[in-house]
Amino acid sequence: MSAGANKGPAAVGQVRARRTFLDRAWRGLKTAPPTAWFGMIVILGYFILALGAPWISPYGQAQVFDTPYSPAFYEAGWDPHFLLGTDQLGRDMLTRLIYGARNTIGIAIATTLLSFFIGGSLGILAAILRGWFEQLLSRLVDILMAIPSLIFSLMLLSIFGSNIPNIIFIIAVLDATRVFRLARAVAMNVVVMDYVEAAQLRGERLGWVMRREILPNILPPLVAEFGLRFCFVFLTIASLSFLGVGIQPPTADWGSMVRENATLITYGSITPLLPAGAIALLTVAVNFVVDWFLHKTSGLRDEH
Amino acid sequence: MHPVLRTVIQRLGLGVITLFFVSCIIFFSMLLLPGNFAYAILGQSATPDTVAAFEHEVGLDKPAITRYGEWISGVVRGDFGKSYADYGSPKPRSVAQLIAPRLWNTLFLAAMTAIIAVPLAVGMGLLAALYRNTPFDRIVNALTLTTISFPEFFVAYILMLFLAVKFPIFHSLSNVSPDTPFGERILRCALPALTLTLVIVAHMMRMTRAAIINLLASPYIEMAQLKGATRTEVILHHALPNAWAPIVNVITFNLAYLIVGVVVVEVVYVYPGIGQLMVDSVSSRNIPVVQACALIFAATYILLNLFADIISIITNPRLLHPR
Repeated sequence: MSAGANKGPAAVGQVRARRTFLDRAWRGLKTAPPTAWFGMIVILGYFILALGAPWISPYGQAQVFDTPYSPAFYEAGWDPHFLLGTDQLGRDMLTRLIYGARNTIGIAIATTLLSFFIGGSLGILAAILRGWFEQLLSRLVDILMAIPSLIFSLMLLSIFGSNIPNIIFIIAVLDATRVFRLARAVAMNVVVMDYVEAAQLRGERLGWVMRREILPNILPPLVAEFGLRFCFVFLTIASLSFLGVGIQPPTADWGSMVRENATLITYGSITPLLPAGAIALLTVAVNFVVDWFLHKTSGLRDEH
Repeated sequence: MHPVLRTVIQRLGLGVITLFFVSCIIFFSMLLLPGNFAYAILGQSATPDTVAAFEHEVGLDKPAITRYGEWISGVVRGDFGKSYADYGSPKPRSVAQLIAPRLWNTLFLAAMTAIIAVPLAVGMGLLAALYRNTPFDRIVNALTLTTISFPEFFVAYILMLFLAVKFPIFHSLSNVSPDTPFGERILRCALPALTLTLVIVAHMMRMTRAAIINLLASPYIEMAQLKGATRTEVILHHALPNAWAPIVNVITFNLAYLIVGVVVVEVVYVYPGIGQLMVDSVSSRNIPVVQACALIFAATYILLNLFADIISIITNPRLLHPR
């Protein structure tokens, strides 16, 4: 870090320009450990795949060919038409893996955003209003958190039926409990500040105080939490799809792809491991980045 | 009254209240079912007569509060009502009959995992704390962070591929029945137990390490170091006795986490446990079975957390010797 501050004799005497945002971001990145770099590159790759799915993938996600379990691939080990073989209905694995990035990650991000919107706004509101509102919500959250969330979402899905809006909503609400706790706890420290009181005294609306006074000051812990919650939501949705009660076919999704091709593993094929590995790689990458971010923002050192 | 006893009783009361509310949520969320429940079970082609008969049979024509009363009083006596799956058959099975053998299987698997995982995790956590910031610690740290991020079914299929298919040491499917001999049962449960172990050891180890390292920052540890105690002595005699509360917390937290992991792992290995039963019942919308499974899972979870609370109260020396 100190090496960057004095760039050598040429810089002496000049007035240092104020660092731009990009400048500061680059400085932060330069000190990032290799694991964080690895994580960021992987995440970037996934986003490119997810956004460019229709252009990158060779076929359509529900396009069926008349060669289920592509014989050329599983017997000869190479199929020029289907680089990763085909699944039980004859759909191209590679195409479905690429589309899977789009569907699985998209749904997980939508869920996490919704859960942060619900949990975050209720948490900040509870910190401002206090009283019975806070008590009621906190006790409700305590009770909801007493039920393991995978079990609870299984139960709710059996009641409401599995479709994508239901999955997003149910998991977002269940996950919002954890966001609520964090947001309330960190907002509590900010609400007592003088500038919040000043804003309230000059008659700003509640929404304005929440958004402009409190939110910017509690952002760093929330951002780190966003990464962790994303991983958790992503894994929950993948598990639900794997169990057959999540995202339904023909939508390509990694969890259900593992389920559909699971029998292949008994023949020694690694095909079912590809979507599972795709899930694992992304969560590992996000965890590495979050780990670094937490380390950086909290200034925590492990020594003592 | 002794303050420890008072706190324990308070926690127990709180646990009972939580259980009551959880049972309410599990029961009343069924009322949220959109549309007519009987049609969802019997199919859209059901005649009004069959629907009426079905509703009368399962008691849907009574008010919800009465039904909750009947359900919860049955649950306390171990009667979870009748399964919808074989509605109309001459001998409908009760939910309890369905659950009992599977619950035993799941408990067996969980116990087997706990016996392997807990000593391993605590031992490794202690070692990592002892040799912190050495290459050993860094490698273990990166490895555990990686396994934490893996979905359970990924770990499960990797193990299945290598330990059952490529090198057939274990069975790839864990189809046990009540008359499977004990040794055979352990062999068949080996892969699911190993998978669950890998999943929870990482959590437990990291948290044990963190608990110990947290304690190492306290002044009395510095005192011990200054008077010349060795590293091992400091950790085993000074830090560990005070770390029991957080470590027990970690262990029970992870045993509670097993509950969630067990569902996925049972499905992967086709193990006839309660998790698989729940997933099957969710797909077939067999609500009484889902409710019973959810209640059992939730109750185990709550009781384990309660147990952790009580242990940490009892082992806290500050509470044991009130001023």
